[in-house]
Amino acid sequence: MNAAMVREPFKPHWWGRMGWLLLVAYCVYALSDLNITWARFTAGLGAGAKFVSEMFPPSTKRLELLTQNLVETVEIAVISSAFGIALSLPLGLLSARNLMPAWLSWPARAIIAISRSFHPVIFAILFVKAVGFGPLAGILTLVFASIGFVGKLFAEAIEEISLKPVEAMTAAGAPFASVLTFAVLPQVFNRFIGFSTYQFDSNLRNSTMIGVVGAGGIGGTLFAAFQRFDYDFLCTILISIIALIMLGESLAIKIKAVFND
Amino acid sequence: MTEHRTWTRFTRAQRLARFAVYLGAVALLAVSMDTVEVIPDFLYDAPKQVTDLLRRMWPVDFGAYHKQGIHEALIETLNISTLGTILSLLMAVPLGVMAAPNIVPVGFLNWIARFVLVSSRTVNTLVWAILFVAVFGPGALAGTAAIAFRSIGFCGKLLGEALEEIKPGPIEALKAAGAPWTSILIKGYWPQVAPAFWGLALFRWDINVRESAVIGLVGAGGIGVSLENALNLFRWTQVSLVLLCIFAVVVLAEVFVTHIRQKLI
Repeated sequence: MNAAMVREPFKPHWWGRMGWLLLVAYCVYALSDLNITWARFTAGLGAGAKFVSEMFPPSTKRLELLTQNLVETVEIAVISSAFGIALSLPLGLLSARNLMPAWLSWPARAIIAISRSFHPVIFAILFVKAVGFGPLAGILTLVFASIGFVGKLFAEAIEEISLKPVEAMTAAGAPFASVLTFAVLPQVFNRFIGFSTYQFDSNLRNSTMIGVVGAGGIGGTLFAAFQRFDYDFLCTILISIIALIMLGESLAIKIKAVFND
Repeated sequence: MTEHRTWTRFTRAQRLARFAVYLGAVALLAVSMDTVEVIPDFLYDAPKQVTDLLRRMWPVDFGAYHKQGIHEALIETLNISTLGTILSLLMAVPLGVMAAPNIVPVGFLNWIARFVLVSSRTVNTLVWAILFVAVFGPGALAGTAAIAFRSIGFCGKLLGEALEEIKPGPIEALKAAGAPWTSILIKGYWPQVAPAFWGLALFRWDINVRESAVIGLVGAGGIGVSLENALNLFRWTQVSLVLLCIFAVVVLAEVFVTHIRQKLI
């Protein structure tokens, strides 16, 4: 038996190695393009230590303002989830290609695609310019975001259903409304609850942020505290945001558990 | 006498729980609608304002693309998102390994890793950007760090889940042959999670391209800075150009990711 016949268990993968090399080369280029240097990084660490030390202890002043803003954040999330989900139900149904003719599904798909096209913050900027500062802009933004997400997933869920109950009911001469309630909805209801709770969770997260561009909620106070170098209040706001989101997440899990057993 | 039994789909407790959820949701909505400070006139006025806004945005000022440095800002955005993704993967791999109880069977370490991953996901990219602007000053470094720290939670969680679903066969074989733990990781675990890893890296990069377009609003570099400048100067025709550019980049990134994913998986 000569050496050539011994199979190497782990062959060197030259294309793979070239790829890793390219990746390293890209990192070097990107670091220089973005002007990221080691000196800037270490200088930042010093500033970071100062920043963190100024954040602690978290301030306990202006708690009234904080609760007010937190309540507004939750309100934005609740209202936008309700309207967003309510609107994405018919839109999702209309854009399901297995139930609807093309002339109905295309416009509905277009509306959903437009809602998904931009980051919520960009929509928030535009809505703030259109309807002024405050929670209304935030609500409109998140309604849009909800339509883009729930509408798309809902349409996909409907497209995946089994068509047998639908055919059976149509053959028996049931009107379209009955077909929807008894043949289509039961098949997608659980997934729909899942999308809705996820979207509420995600709206809650986003409603803490859109205030940065003036669309209501806690984000505005957060950004103001940052600009005024009021770092101990910033810390309080951050902690309360994290607590709020954790609370929302556990609530979403509880609700899903109620419907999934 | 036969006993009549009626069939019900849910037990009484299930029905009560469902009813409670519906009632709670409606009550919450009612209270919110009642107390939120929305000025109704602004809502009725909205369609008029939106058409006015769109009219001011037209025609798109394509000349500003090179004059106002929007091209450079776009490249910067792409670099921030790519570098941020790479950086976050570097940090997410050890955390993901640490979070998988079948690789690191120490409950305390699993818990620490999970805690770090959850906190990373809880704080929004824009909030991370604000924090890092305070640390590193305005610019791309803050943006890259924000993108990276936000993505750790996502990548680490999905990587951890992929590692938990691994088949133990190859690992046991390597262990039986006496391989050191680095070899077990590289030759036993890595080949099994590689498709999931590249899939989630691509997916996160796509998300990060979207996110890095807005972090400039708080001063963290990229095309968002151009958007903010154009908005502050009321140069609406430039705003529409920046929005078009962001839209084009986001769509191109999505097409690119779908294409690569089909080849990879």
